[in-house]
Amino acid sequence: MSVLQSLKKRNHAFKEESAQIELLSDHQGIGISSFQDKIDGLGLFPLTPTGIDVFQVNVGKMCNQVCKHCHVDAGPDRQEIMTRDTMQQCLDAIKGTDIKIVDLTGGAPEMNPDFRWFVEEITALGKSVIVRCNLTIILANPKYNDLPEFFKKHKVNVVSSLPYFTAKRTDAQRGDGVFEKSIKALKMLNDAGYALPDTGLQLDLVYNPTGAFLPGSQEDLEAEFRTRLRDKFQIEFNSLFAITNIPVSRFLEYLVNSKNYEDYMNELVNAFNPTAAKGVMCRNTISVGWDGFLFDCDFNQMLDLKVQNAPTHVSEFNFEALLKREIIVNQHCFGCTAGAGSSCGGVTS
Amino acid sequence: MSTKDTYYNKEDLGKFGKITDFQPELGEKFFEYYGKVFEGGALTKREKALIALGVSHAIQCPYCIDAYTTATLKLGCDEEQLMEAVHVAGAIRGGATLVHGVQMMNQVKEKLM
Repeated sequence: MSVLQSLKKRNHAFKEESAQIELLSDHQGIGISSFQDKIDGLGLFPLTPTGIDVFQVNVGKMCNQVCKHCHVDAGPDRQEIMTRDTMQQCLDAIKGTDIKIVDLTGGAPEMNPDFRWFVEEITALGKSVIVRCNLTIILANPKYNDLPEFFKKHKVNVVSSLPYFTAKRTDAQRGDGVFEKSIKALKMLNDAGYALPDTGLQLDLVYNPTGAFLPGSQEDLEAEFRTRLRDKFQIEFNSLFAITNIPVSRFLEYLVNSKNYEDYMNELVNAFNPTAAKGVMCRNTISVGWDGFLFDCDFNQMLDLKVQNAPTHVSEFNFEALLKREIIVNQHCFGCTAGAGSSCGGVTS
Repeated sequence: MSTKDTYYNKEDLGKFGKITDFQPELGEKFFEYYGKVFEGGALTKREKALIALGVSHAIQCPYCIDAYTTATLKLGCDEEQLMEAVHVAGAIRGGATLVHGVQMMNQVKEKLM
């Protein structure tokens, strides 16, 4: 099987955020409502923050995997990496604030050479750390084999994607051999004490559909995953987050190429849930790009929609101004309001 | 494509709820019943969706096949489970045909010396 390359490497039209926004914005062309109108009907427009509890940092687009649905367009060919100077600006920004959680994402965040230093500095500030670990990175190189012990030492909440409990569907989305390596990595995390009783070490899984459909009940999926992974592989985890694929970047490319774009957008709109709209994650999150720019969420970051009504770079981080900003919305936001809602922490309603 | 060009249109599945336009009371009662049927009970939602997928094939309803293929995927079923549900439908349909062979055999015995 040929190895997928990033949109950027392939010089695909969607490597430009403007091309994605142009397609997404044409809601009339596919006969669906505008997201702005939809939330305006609920009195939620303009969408405003309720706080800043989560500080999500993309420490780089470099990744050892090239997943078909990646909204970051990450991969081995991506060189964008957060510098230690920018990390220091992030630390300065959160110091003394009420921000409780720092959520580290990538690419594979562990590939940033300053990753471990950053985790140590964040925990020294008394903040909790989430690492979005793709699992296979633990086995990608001997220098990463001790990551479970490093995570344990700093009580990192490990959140890992495992889109299915069989190899066929997992590998179809994430690449050949990913399932087998993911299982080995999960065993290593369990061996370090993750997801075991009384260790306090939290290992959560992320389920996202391996195709053009929405996730079902998070509770039911969690029960199914628990049974399958326990019975066949003796693997334990804490919670499973069911996350909807957002029509951005490589997932958007997949939808267009597979001729599922219109149906998928219609399904998202038909599944619009007002309760989920009130609880969208951008209302209590700030997302920081690898170069220090600020966004309302990880998806706006990938569409290069920087925060408005506040300084846009972490070096000028202004907590109060950010609380008063208006969150930028577009059609991709229907992904977070469909069904039971979707966020980096799973359902929202 | 005009709706007169074909008996089945994919878009019509999304208009299923509109059947209440012509007869609200019965339509609404049906959908209330339908919703209750597919809630988790003595059978899980997943088991019910797989049964529905099998029945969809037995009655050869393209709308139902579309709806319950998506529903079973959403509920975490894998490809083998979906196909086994279709085989259950195939076995029952095939069996229903073949069991009538006994009727044929009975008649043959009556007719022949």
